[in-house]
Amino acid sequence: MVDGVGLAQPRPSSFGPLYDGPPIIEVRDLGISYGGKPALRDASFDIYRHEIFGIIGPANSGKTSFLRALNRMDDFTTGMEVRGSIHINGKDVNDWRNLYALRSRIGVVLPLPVGLPLSVYDNVAFSPRLRGIRKKAQLDEVVERCLTRAALWDEVKDRLGSLGSLLSGGQQQRLTIARALSQEPELLLLDEFSIAVDPVTTMRIEDVLKDLRSELTIVLVTNLVQQARRLADRTAFFLTGELVEIGATEDLFEGNVKDERTTGYIEGRYG
Amino acid sequence: MDRRDAAWYIDKVAQWVVFVGGISAIVFIVGIFVFITKEGLDFVLGPLNLGEFFTSIAWRPTSNNPTYGALALIVGTASVTGFAMLLSVPLSLGAALFIAEFATGKTREVLKVLVEMLAAIPSVVWGFVGMSIMHPLIMRIFDVPLGLGVLNAGLILGLMAAPIMTTIAEDALKAVPDTYREAAEALGATRWEVIFKVVIPASRNGLLAAVLLGVGRGFGETMAVLMASGHAINIPTSPFDSVRALTATIASELGDTVRGGDHWGSLFTLGILLFVVTFVINLTADIVVRGIRKK
Repeated sequence: MVDGVGLAQPRPSSFGPLYDGPPIIEVRDLGISYGGKPALRDASFDIYRHEIFGIIGPANSGKTSFLRALNRMDDFTTGMEVRGSIHINGKDVNDWRNLYALRSRIGVVLPLPVGLPLSVYDNVAFSPRLRGIRKKAQLDEVVERCLTRAALWDEVKDRLGSLGSLLSGGQQQRLTIARALSQEPELLLLDEFSIAVDPVTTMRIEDVLKDLRSELTIVLVTNLVQQARRLADRTAFFLTGELVEIGATEDLFEGNVKDERTTGYIEGRYG
Repeated sequence: MDRRDAAWYIDKVAQWVVFVGGISAIVFIVGIFVFITKEGLDFVLGPLNLGEFFTSIAWRPTSNNPTYGALALIVGTASVTGFAMLLSVPLSLGAALFIAEFATGKTREVLKVLVEMLAAIPSVVWGFVGMSIMHPLIMRIFDVPLGLGVLNAGLILGLMAAPIMTTIAEDALKAVPDTYREAAEALGATRWEVIFKVVIPASRNGLLAAVLLGVGRGFGETMAVLMASGHAINIPTSPFDSVRALTATIASELGDTVRGGDHWGSLFTLGILLFVVTFVINLTADIVVRGIRKK
């Protein structure tokens, strides 16, 4: 137990069976700063297997920084410093000698879809190929399965060879989800995935995420409070670098909060 | 109210200036083509024997019974350029990759400045290097009687073309958005995998342009090749053989010809050949690039 905030135990959710076992992610005293300017301070919490863990909060609250620290993208960003520890499956992410192996187990979906400058097929086959899968039949199977799970297969099956960047925005975002799934990740990180997606597609993707819950753990950073309510089992509220509160999503939305600021944000009194 | 004010006139003038600037490239290239064709036309339609021109190595324009076989000159230019590209393409692509993808901070800045300085060295200075440093060096290392030839000219030309190719290739690599690199790394790709599977495919148009610019430079370079190649009419059978390039022939002979005479015309015919080859290379590149884009 840390601070009494972080470790609210998960409880049965309306979506399905209860997750059990030890947490998949343990965050302890996590602090992130950019060139001395803090973005996240002393956050400690756990994320459990097979839950959808929502993170809400206004801009500059440290949500994205947390995701970047999870798959060690800090190596990419000059000036980004990470203190404290993050354990995934009991192993400190900083202890991975092979950073690429760590990243390959974590799927990431960014706010704006980044279609690699490759065909639809090659986008999805990229990660399997990195893992050494060469046989056409096997790759075909992976590509079809991942595109189907991302609710995109029917729309693109006749144009797998065309450039991924020629798809519409919503299709591209589903393509990046299919690509993330092709890694067969244990953990899927979504960072405000619906910013560039129309509402109908957003709902389709949300259905996909609910289905995926049985197979993996999802960390959903969102700027849409209602999206967290629809999807997340537990939700954390970040505000200007502080983890204000964490709890079962239903509790937070029913006003069962420890901190009034949470209700204030959820009800839209500030943003 | 609706008066034409200063801003309106400035806008119009600026439009014209930009338009003239844009159109001038076309005007100049057409003008050059018309000029060299006009000067060479009498010769092409008159004494030129196309079969002899492309198959004979006897370039004797000043003999009593002149022959105009340009095969040796074509082979000379091609062999020197080919040798130069063999050296400079891997060298400059490697340098560009290092500067764009691996070097950071001061290293990167210093390297960029140095490469750009290399590109500014006049070709006659490279010719000096070829004659006074490479020539004795090649004689000593390989124990050959003459150090001026394909090897020497190819090395010099390769070193000359490399800085420009490096600069263009580096620009092309830098133009690939970082989001691609991040996305690929997030998928678990190593840096080499990111470079070979994402960055290079995404920048291949620019890289191709860089290589072609290098080839163009090789074809067109005159002074350094004249000084380092040995300038002997010859089909090379080894890298140490002297050769003679198309450009060097024009430069060294044009001053001694009678304006409008056959020799004069034959040199312009070489010019037409150079022009056509360069044009075809660029056109091919354009078609290839378009083909890639369409996909």
